[in-house]
Amino acid sequence: MPGKPEALEHHHIVRAFDEELARLTSAIVEMGGLAERQVADAMRALTEGDVELAARVIDSDRKVDELEERIDQDAIKLLALRQPMAIDLRTIAMSLKISNDLERIGDYAVSIAKRSQRLAEQPAPKPLQQLAVIGNLCLGMVKDVLDAYVERDAEKATAVWHRDQEVDQQYTSLFRELVTYMLEDPRTISTCIDLLFIAKNMERIADHATNIGEKIVYIIYGAEINRPRHEVE
Amino acid sequence: MKPSIALASATESRVQPMADPKVKSRIRNLNFYYGQMQALKNINMDIFEHAVTALIGPSGCGKSTLLRCFNRMHDLTPHTRYEGEIRLYPDDVNIVGPDIDPIEVRMRISMVFQKPNPFPKSIYENVAYGLRVRGIKSRSELDGRVEAALRGAALWDEVKDRLDEPGTALSGGQQQRLCIARALATDPEIILFDEPTSALDPIATASIEDLIISMAGNVTVIIVTHNMQQAARVSNYTAFMYLGELIEFGATNELFTRPRHQRTSDYLTGRFG
Repeated sequence: MPGKPEALEHHHIVRAFDEELARLTSAIVEMGGLAERQVADAMRALTEGDVELAARVIDSDRKVDELEERIDQDAIKLLALRQPMAIDLRTIAMSLKISNDLERIGDYAVSIAKRSQRLAEQPAPKPLQQLAVIGNLCLGMVKDVLDAYVERDAEKATAVWHRDQEVDQQYTSLFRELVTYMLEDPRTISTCIDLLFIAKNMERIADHATNIGEKIVYIIYGAEINRPRHEVE
Repeated sequence: MKPSIALASATESRVQPMADPKVKSRIRNLNFYYGQMQALKNINMDIFEHAVTALIGPSGCGKSTLLRCFNRMHDLTPHTRYEGEIRLYPDDVNIVGPDIDPIEVRMRISMVFQKPNPFPKSIYENVAYGLRVRGIKSRSELDGRVEAALRGAALWDEVKDRLDEPGTALSGGQQQRLCIARALATDPEIILFDEPTSALDPIATASIEDLIISMAGNVTVIIVTHNMQQAARVSNYTAFMYLGELIEFGATNELFTRPRHQRTSDYLTGRFG
């Protein structure tokens, strides 16, 4: 890890600043909880063919967007009024980026839910099982990265960051499998395309969880914000 | 490709650490005592040429005491004592050494104080004063150097038609720029600023800050300020002091975003005590 982590041993002299920071952090946690729930529900709607659940996922997106707006407004207000420095600056600046990542995760869940509604009208296609495996990997990453955020745990955040590779591998292998199906029987093309897009959405969800992991490490250590993985490995 | 570095260069204009800094002054094992009270404890630090160095820290941390060592202001206070060295380059003299005449030091290192303190003389005579003390009598030379100093302090256009009026008739911000012009007139190697804007309104403050940034190409600047945002805005390097010790010294953009010491972080984020 680069350098020593900066700890928050004391309260701010201006107590109101502590409260505002806590409010910002809890809004991120709330938004993260909602996005995580959207991913979980979209997965279930997909595997169980539950169109109503899918509709609820689509509907809940409004709430996620509202939270993003609130977080961004609060963060900008804090930057303007408190002129934060050091770890406070990093926390507030990163909340702007993390809210964006969470909003994207929610959008991908909505996209999965919409496609799952269409897929529910026909018999479950074979590759659904493998899709569920990828979905669970992604969901685990979102969950763990949010825990890492709450606990300010750089090690946990880095672990999530490393797991992205597994999702990428699974995605590539599913992609090949779907192409094979489509070649064998052109009538499956429309279904396979839906599955392919869902897999792509999941892979993007994992990418955003990875991004959040990077931001957590930056909040704690203040080194590089965006690390290309090939440079580390 | 390092995105964070690309970002840094895009957002910082003039105020950043220098590519190849030259040491103008080197503080070595400096201790300073007011009677029995030790106010500075073993300070080691470099002051880079043509850069702005800010000294920050809570009241009583020793930042003003350190600044005043640079032009031997403490010599005017009884029972004070220097130990260690402040070496001034290029000639490598120890300016706190007992064999060095404080008047010599003050010829090379001038100071601007918290409250503007123009002499009760005309604007012209305020700036010409130091030159006359140095024996410059030629009217044309005096005129030229007074104008250059007033231009250097971004005051010339405002006062060129009333150089004979008293300096004390100017506004607070103008008086402070007059004091800067007075300090610049004698071509000092280092200018010390002790809270130069704490008695000024925000607009006058901004003009002094702009002046400090633009001066730095020609002169080395050391500034003491209680305003951390000001230190962040004007300085290339920042030193954080606490209880007479130098806790952390580094490039300003590093120190304010990623301090290495917990105490610096607590102070910068307002978590002190």
